[in-house]
Amino acid sequence: MSEYLASIIIKSVAFVSFAVILLIFVFVFKEAIPQSTGDGTKVAQEELQSESYGDDISGAVDNTVTEVKTKHESEEGVQSIANLTGTEWQPVSLKPKFGLLPLFWGSFKVTLLGILMAFPLAVGAALYSITFAGRGFREILKPVIELLSGFPSVVIGFFALTTVASAVSSFFGVTYRLNAVVGGIALAITIVPIIFTVAEDALQSIPKHISEASLALGATKWQTAVFVILPAATPGIFAAFLLGFGRAFGETMIVLMATGNAATMSLNIFEPVRTLSATIGAEMAEVVFGDTHYSVLFLIGALLFVFTFSLNAIAEFWVRKRLLKKFQGSA
Amino acid sequence: MKQKTKWLGYLLFGVTGLCTLLIVAALIYMLAEITVRGGHFFTWEFLTANPEQGMTAGGIFPAIVGTVLLVLLMSIVGVPIGTITAIYMVEYAKNDFIFMKLVRFAVNTLAGVPSIVFGLFGLGFFIQFIGSGIDKVVSTDGHLVWGQPNILWASLTMALLTVPVVIVTVEETLRAIPNEYRAASLALGATKWQTIRKIILPNAVPGILTGTILAIGRGAGEVAPILFTGVAYFLPHLPSKLSDQFMNLGYHVYILSTQSTDVEATKGLQYATVLVLLMVTFSLNFIAVIVRYFMRKKAIQ
Repeated sequence: MSEYLASIIIKSVAFVSFAVILLIFVFVFKEAIPQSTGDGTKVAQEELQSESYGDDISGAVDNTVTEVKTKHESEEGVQSIANLTGTEWQPVSLKPKFGLLPLFWGSFKVTLLGILMAFPLAVGAALYSITFAGRGFREILKPVIELLSGFPSVVIGFFALTTVASAVSSFFGVTYRLNAVVGGIALAITIVPIIFTVAEDALQSIPKHISEASLALGATKWQTAVFVILPAATPGIFAAFLLGFGRAFGETMIVLMATGNAATMSLNIFEPVRTLSATIGAEMAEVVFGDTHYSVLFLIGALLFVFTFSLNAIAEFWVRKRLLKKFQGSA
Repeated sequence: MKQKTKWLGYLLFGVTGLCTLLIVAALIYMLAEITVRGGHFFTWEFLTANPEQGMTAGGIFPAIVGTVLLVLLMSIVGVPIGTITAIYMVEYAKNDFIFMKLVRFAVNTLAGVPSIVFGLFGLGFFIQFIGSGIDKVVSTDGHLVWGQPNILWASLTMALLTVPVVIVTVEETLRAIPNEYRAASLALGATKWQTIRKIILPNAVPGILTGTILAIGRGAGEVAPILFTGVAYFLPHLPSKLSDQFMNLGYHVYILSTQSTDVEATKGLQYATVLVLLMVTFSLNFIAVIVRYFMRKKAIQ
């Protein structure tokens, strides 16, 4: 009896992590659907909900035209939903604008800067580790670089805010002390250990007979590393890229502290940016529960979740399958 | 031709070596700067005193207590869940392959979800759904007790964030336990559950310990998940019940360096707080490495 009970309990607890994923889906999306708190506005909003809060946003746009004159309160809600693709993010004003494009742009800009710095560095270090470092040195190098991942993100954000920002502004003489480059450098510090670890594992896991064949044919050690091992490990290194990208894209505290948080669409990398994650972090504490602003912030969270979820799924399934195929094909 | 190959080899050595050097130098520079500049303000009084004069002077005692309470509550919830999930994956899951794949995928996904999304989930699920639900039943005067940010909801949110750490570590330990142990126990007539309780669990203790330490190291440094699930800017009292808010080291660093009335005046305090935070997370990670090292050594013997 206790045997059966134990297996049931263990199985249901194991289900928790799966249930949490489902619950995150349900609850983050649920809060992203507009609702209201006050009793007065509730009626107006509910009425509207049946008409225009449906699946397609284009319907909502059409409805605004007719609704505008009668209900000022609801007009605001609908307009802001319709304007999600706008280029202005002004959530707190008389006519709030919830354009997500500058936030997307900010996230991509700072993430790209971060990965452009971190990826070559980390892959270079991984190549060094497997090609030139002796066995003893490698045993030290790996934990040392992984020590970087032990830094809490708020500490790296602090370091960026104080030291990196000063260095960047005195070196480049920029107008804004906190900008996308400072954020990018800070993000690079956080994702270097991730990319390094995954890339190093990928390079290490290439079967010995492949590199030995290359060495036996007279290739030098570095030629083997660059022309044989590196190409064979491409899927794993691509996975490292995706994981680093996902981590940087969702990182909150660092960008909140180091990027200046101005929602602009500028191409200049020395201007401040406001990312999706930092927007949630900065504004969620001040919104009214059930407000349009509140819902839009949850919508941003839902988008972040879906984005990182897909990146992980690609890294997990697609890359691993390719890697397996490659080795089974060549073995 | 031979000469060219040789020079290209040197070039590659130089470039990749420089990459490695840059990373290590950044690490050392960060550590050195924080240690040196924080060291001046790092005193016994700083650790044991309350913040004073609008947090521009005094110590960080409440933030330390808040962080300790947070990670303790987090471990009480997260470690059993993580351990049991790992036991399931290693000891039970051979029978149902699909369910095991689902759980594995869920754990990997959970590890990749941005921490701010956990914060949103905590707000939407724990506070707005469960907390408000409890309040509807318990408090009749409409006064919010559970339907607002507090240390319980923050700890639960953090537990979900750190569960994958525990699962991965414990799973590794369980897989390292020789199959002969299980076979011997079962051959002596013990049931599966008896084997797990008497043979597997005692052997997994170092792994569970490592997982707990790593999870605490992670939880002590995370700020995004607690931003709107329970952390407070400043509190005159220490938290005394589960429905209280709390102060936190990481959040303290964040507000001192970005929201403080006089950022320059508190520079020293900021560096010292960062130093404390780093010491906590690094010493925890270090202990985990040591425990793991002895565990491996024992496994080899």
